[in-house]
Amino acid sequence: MTDTALTSGSRPIPWGRIGWLLLLGATLALGIWHGLLPWAADYPKPWVLPLAKQITTLFKASLDTLMPATRAFSAVLQVPLDFAIGLFAKGFPLGPGPDAPAIPRLSWIGIIAAVTLIGHAYGGRKVAAIAFFCFAYLAVFGQWNPAMLTLALVAVCVPVGALLGLFIGVAAYRNPRFDSYVVRPALDLLQTVPAFAYIIPILFLFGFTPVTPLIATVAFAMPPMVRATTLALHRVPAEIQEFGAMAGCTRAQLLWRILLPSAKPTLMIGVNQVIMLTLNMVIIASMIGAEGLGFDVLFALRNQKIGVGLEAGLAITALAIALDRLSQAAAEAKPALYRPGTPFHRRHPHLLLGLAILAATTLLGTFLPAFAAVPPEMTVTTAPVWDGLVKWINVNFFDYFEALRTFLLIWILNPVKLTLLNLPWLGAVLLAAYAGWRLRDKGLAMLAAGLIAFPALVGLWDKAMITVYLCFIAAVISCLIGIPLGVVATRSRWFDRVQQVVVDTLQTLPSFVYLIPVVMLFRVGDVTALIAIVAFAVTPAIRYTIHGIRQVPPHLIEAAIATGCTRGQILWRVQLPLALPEIMLGINQTILFALSMLVITALVGTRDLGQEVYIALTKVDTGRGIIAGLCVAFLGIAADRLLRAGAERFRRRLGIAARAGMG
Amino acid sequence: MALAQVPIGASAEKPAKLSCKHVWKLFGQNAESFLAGRPTPPDAAALAEAGLVGAVRDVTLDVAEGEIFIVMGLSGSGKSTLLRCLARLIEPTAGQVVFEGRDLLKASEAEMIDIRRHKMGMVFQNFALLPHLSVLDNVAFPLAIQSVPKDKRLARAREVIELVGLKGREGAYPRELSGGQQQRVGIARSLAVGPDLWFLDEPFSALDPLIRREMQTELQRLQAVLKKTIIFITHDFDEAIRLADRIAIMKDGAVIQTGTPEELVLRPATEYVAEFTRDVQRAKVMSVRSLMRPANGAGYAGTVRPEQKIAAIAAQVIEAGKPFAVADESGALLGEIAPQAVLDLLIGRGPAGA
Ligand SMILES: Nc1ncnc2c1ncn2[C@@H]1O[C@H](COP(=O)(O)OP(=O)(O)O)[C@@H](O)[C@H]1O
Ligand SMILES: [Mg+2]
Repeated sequence: MTDTALTSGSRPIPWGRIGWLLLLGATLALGIWHGLLPWAADYPKPWVLPLAKQITTLFKASLDTLMPATRAFSAVLQVPLDFAIGLFAKGFPLGPGPDAPAIPRLSWIGIIAAVTLIGHAYGGRKVAAIAFFCFAYLAVFGQWNPAMLTLALVAVCVPVGALLGLFIGVAAYRNPRFDSYVVRPALDLLQTVPAFAYIIPILFLFGFTPVTPLIATVAFAMPPMVRATTLALHRVPAEIQEFGAMAGCTRAQLLWRILLPSAKPTLMIGVNQVIMLTLNMVIIASMIGAEGLGFDVLFALRNQKIGVGLEAGLAITALAIALDRLSQAAAEAKPALYRPGTPFHRRHPHLLLGLAILAATTLLGTFLPAFAAVPPEMTVTTAPVWDGLVKWINVNFFDYFEALRTFLLIWILNPVKLTLLNLPWLGAVLLAAYAGWRLRDKGLAMLAAGLIAFPALVGLWDKAMITVYLCFIAAVISCLIGIPLGVVATRSRWFDRVQQVVVDTLQTLPSFVYLIPVVMLFRVGDVTALIAIVAFAVTPAIRYTIHGIRQVPPHLIEAAIATGCTRGQILWRVQLPLALPEIMLGINQTILFALSMLVITALVGTRDLGQEVYIALTKVDTGRGIIAGLCVAFLGIAADRLLRAGAERFRRRLGIAARAGMG
Repeated sequence: MALAQVPIGASAEKPAKLSCKHVWKLFGQNAESFLAGRPTPPDAAALAEAGLVGAVRDVTLDVAEGEIFIVMGLSGSGKSTLLRCLARLIEPTAGQVVFEGRDLLKASEAEMIDIRRHKMGMVFQNFALLPHLSVLDNVAFPLAIQSVPKDKRLARAREVIELVGLKGREGAYPRELSGGQQQRVGIARSLAVGPDLWFLDEPFSALDPLIRREMQTELQRLQAVLKKTIIFITHDFDEAIRLADRIAIMKDGAVIQTGTPEELVLRPATEYVAEFTRDVQRAKVMSVRSLMRPANGAGYAGTVRPEQKIAAIAAQVIEAGKPFAVADESGALLGEIAPQAVLDLLIGRGPAGA
């Protein structure tokens, strides 16, 4: 990270490099001889700030005043939630008791027909087929009832999250100060603090009610909608806004009749992300009382039932794929061109047909049970197959897995862990500050130092170091796997297609699902966590590498070919150096992905900040959860800002202007 | 040659529909206090030193009722910014804008909305059509936001769509139309409310040359019927010559000359203006009035009018081989025009063609 001067003769002294060496040396010395400066090596206990306790006290004190508000809020949200659950899953009982007559829920056949029709209306046959197979999967594999409970949650969360995000986004767009001082920092935190951590205060304020998972899910899924809204509004061409003004629109007319309709495509991308994040959250939501597929996965994970867990996990994936493709198709669909005066039934044939089928099948269901619920003899389960497979692997290959596990532990995991645990906290803080200063300026130095020092200040230094150790190794392995795969993908069409499908599927799988097979093969512990994290975090490394290599200007490649470079020379001397800034951003994303997965792996027994959050969750200890969550967020933000600054520096050195919109 | 006889633009006698006085628009921090704090107008160097962009500098204009007033300048010369100051889409840093005798910059938000709804229309370079609405709904949109009843606004929209020659495409969506057709929709939409003042910001610059020609002719046809007051922006001097009653030439935010095309050609105020007018075909802009000489006697082959363009009478005069009389509407003899003078002008020789 030094300015290299290529002028021969008077070579300037590389002060930057010397600074690094001095700092590193001092840190190592402090780490090896703890006695030199004990307070700089291990953060002294009496200095720990009791922030967690104070936050808990504050929450307890404010609970009484907030109670009426939270109660009212819950009551309002309870109404649509009950309605959706009744509509999709449980029907509407007309009296007390289980045998009371009830208005039935929607027929499963009707729902499958309806989603297929929606797919056809927006995306033609292909999307219709995807929607059909995904929902049929739910029925055939006996996942219909929990899937409909999950769908009910999604059906409430998505409109609430999308509308709330839209309103906040519009407010941020109209008021730039509100945007930069309130909305953006809040979004940054919401997106880096692990979901586990902020469901704790929500749980504390709202209690174990059916609405609590809903609120937590909305908080988790809404941020992309806010960002999409402000982005979309800023992207409406200035001329269209000016037209609105010249036509004499009032402010409200400008917003509702000009800006939002013109921004619709980008807004729909936001809605799509809300849907995906909502599904991502269903397992975590089930920890605080949500019913449905998430609960089944969690149950299976806790009871080591791999088959059941995999089926439920794949059902979430099927639901995610169906809703993803449907919402994407809806976003991309151009409105059909109706000539003025077309009658209603000609304008909306799909809508009317869908409603008719839903009504007819549901009505039939009151006479024919096969229409009301999926007949049990129609369903199959593959759970025993999976269980058998794992048993077989464990019986026949146990030694190999054990050998791999031991090798990783002894030669990689434990040494890094020990080194990091022995790292003096002051040294780490100063190194972060120095990196910030070298990469950009004093501001970044102070920020990095503050963020890294925070875990020490609140007494969580050791747990933070375990987090860093897992995250660091996972990121390194992810890059070692992902970057070469990305390179190969840019050179082989065949491989590119395969990796696209795999990466897409990996990204729609809920992160918990990764854990299930790994736990079965490697038992609980750091190795399991590491493998699950790598499986989750490898995707950005692949994607950004591909992106980086593809955006190298073709004329540079042509120039290299014309100079007589071999394919290898082109890769190493032209493509990779020019793709480096993008690859660095990919590493950045890999680290953030790893951090978000890390908290989840606390379920398989790591002893890091994730575990701290998890313990706080089980105890509903607001302060402890928030502080641990902030530690995770701060580590992530520190890594993010430093790597971005690094990528920026590289870019400037390469003479490429910063491109907006990445990452 | 009697250059002094050329009047100062016929339209100047009519009342000004829109005028602006000493309008400034500076982009940058604290532009207003910078401008207010100095007794004399700052020059370019002072602006650069303060880190400000002088997009519009001290512009004073009068646009007469019913004329096509063209603002011409190269890209970045401040035309769009000036237009937006006149329409008050952006607030000028200093100066005054008077529309139909009232100070536009003092109007409240509600008053501005009212003025724009009934008196102003604007056409945009990139059309600015609403992608989610059909042609009919796009054109009816300005009426829709005024809550004009549906029947009435659709009838009016059909009327203007027919006027711009798009009858039959009412149900199409913008993305189904060619650039030229889209701009016709833009024009129809801006005419739907029957504005008095019509702003056009490079309306034809995004079109192919042939289509551009066609649209210019179309605009002339419309203007012959509608007689609006038009402020038209272009970077194309030929377009300006073709359409303008008067032209203001802008450079670096300032208007350096205002006049009829003929005045600009005959008496460019600066070398910069002369550079633009150099390649203009003189016969197309010069009128008989500026080429005639005092009447000399009898034996005229015919009579022409003083405001006719030379290009329109050249063939006639040269074929006859004899001078023509120049007479005004009442028949009073003003002078005569000789074939030699016309020929000299056409081949670019002689005093006027130099
Ligand atoms: N919002 C703005 N902020 C800063 N500078 C601007 C802004 N809008 C225009 N300018 C500058 O003002 C000058 C005039 O711009 P413009 O009026 O768009 O020119 P034209 O329409 O003649 O091409 C240009 O130098 C442009 O960069
Ligand atoms: Mg412009």
